[in-house]
Amino acid sequence: MSGPPTLLEPKLQAATNPAQPAISFQDVGIAFEDKVVLDGISFRLNKGETKAIFGVAGSGKSTILKLSIGLIKPDRGHIYTLGDDITQMREEDLFELRRKVGIVFQESALFDSLTVRENVAFRLYEEGNISETEIEERVREVLRFVELEHTLDMFPASLSGGMRRRVAIARAIITQPEVLLYDSPTGGLDPVTSTTIVELIVKQRDVYKTSSLLVTHRLQDAFIMATHYFDRQANQMKPLPKGSLSEVPMSFVVLRDGKVIFDGDAHELAESRDEYIREYIS
Amino acid sequence: MELTSPAEFVKEQVLAVQAYAALAGRSVANLFRKPRYWADTIQQADLIGWGSLPVVMLTGASVGAVLALQSSNTLQRFGSLSLIGQLVSTSMVRELGPVLTSLMVAGRNSSGMASELGSMVVTEQIDAMRALGTDPMKKLVTPRVLATVFMLFFLTIISDLVGLLGGAIVAQFMLGLDPHQYWNNAWQTLVFEDVFMGLTKPVLFGFIIATVGCYYGLTAKGGTQGVGRATTQAVVTASVLILTVDFFVTRLLMTLMSYH
Repeated sequence: MSGPPTLLEPKLQAATNPAQPAISFQDVGIAFEDKVVLDGISFRLNKGETKAIFGVAGSGKSTILKLSIGLIKPDRGHIYTLGDDITQMREEDLFELRRKVGIVFQESALFDSLTVRENVAFRLYEEGNISETEIEERVREVLRFVELEHTLDMFPASLSGGMRRRVAIARAIITQPEVLLYDSPTGGLDPVTSTTIVELIVKQRDVYKTSSLLVTHRLQDAFIMATHYFDRQANQMKPLPKGSLSEVPMSFVVLRDGKVIFDGDAHELAESRDEYIREYIS
Repeated sequence: MELTSPAEFVKEQVLAVQAYAALAGRSVANLFRKPRYWADTIQQADLIGWGSLPVVMLTGASVGAVLALQSSNTLQRFGSLSLIGQLVSTSMVRELGPVLTSLMVAGRNSSGMASELGSMVVTEQIDAMRALGTDPMKKLVTPRVLATVFMLFFLTIISDLVGLLGGAIVAQFMLGLDPHQYWNNAWQTLVFEDVFMGLTKPVLFGFIIATVGCYYGLTAKGGTQGVGRATTQAVVTASVLILTVDFFVTRLLMTLMSYH
């Protein structure tokens, strides 16, 4: 199932400490203008695990991702990201932590005044002590990973929605983050492009084994992830043999009315007797 | 339209002033913290300074010329037409140069900053920047503040000079005055206090233009409509603040320098 390690792999695996959860939410609540969005949710993303969070539009899925890196603060509860209680941290200190986390925004959020090369290399330029040659090499490597090396000098406005999403993934993974957050990565895309993005996420999961939190309203995407693996020899996603599990543990969380109503693996989700979940997955 | 209670309205305004003060304070404090974005500052200085130069020169020349033309009638009545250089010089350097240049730059750049940063907010680019470990206050706000303050200072000097030139053209070709007398009069009348006052104002106004533009941009809400609203509010607030602060600064400097 796995092929030869890439340049990024050894550093990434060394950073993994399985004893500590990558992200942990404890009784987290938040309201926007008197509307309660999250009402005391708790869950845990273990290191090396991929967790998909489902919920209908407005259920607070994107809010969870923004809370995970302190872009917004909860009204109550605690959030631990890579061991730090980020609810207690100042914005200045959060910048350091965020450098260890990659995020792919719903609408890509690429900087429209910068080229693809500058967008992808943004973090490397900010670090300030990396040579141009190394930056170029790393930018090309991640763009090759998302199969967009030819777009180096293009501006985001001239890319399609799917290409922008792939550039956003490249930007998120260039510094080999310890955790990856995906905000509805297939939202608003056609089925073919959605499959390309899901394949890319599966590739990232199986090649680099980064802890990932993915929010989506598309159950089929998460089921594809749970039932497929990335074959590095064939360089494509393939279905897992019947009865076997992915190398990377995959779990699911379902949100309803600001609460977590399910937290378990694909098998438990499929077997759930909860009416709402049955309706959601049917 | 949803009605807001007076208490809620006051609370919102107080919070807005607090948020603006925090942004303005951090924009200055960031000058002493790393990282410093010199390349972004130079790029902004080019956009603000070089970009505003034509409109600032046109305004300066027009105001200087009109000032000479308008005052000629009154001065002629008192037989003091020769003092026209003095009048144009003190008016331009002390008041009209800094205020009109600032208003023009506010109209051009406060709106530009509000719309640019506002668009970045509504398309999550600001969130993305924070998520990538970069402080938007350091990367976007401080370079704009520094560049505006620096460039407005020099734009005001250029505006003053061009204004004097506009006055000189009117004085020589329309009023038949001796150019040597005009320039001599204009130069001799200026004292340190005039120049000090005229060059203190653009520093304060530049700070107002950039911080107000950035504040409205970074607090834009509600999609493209919100960006449009932020742009309008930035220009109106910056202009009103410039005119209000101008009065108090003029009064303060006159008192401090025992100057009338």
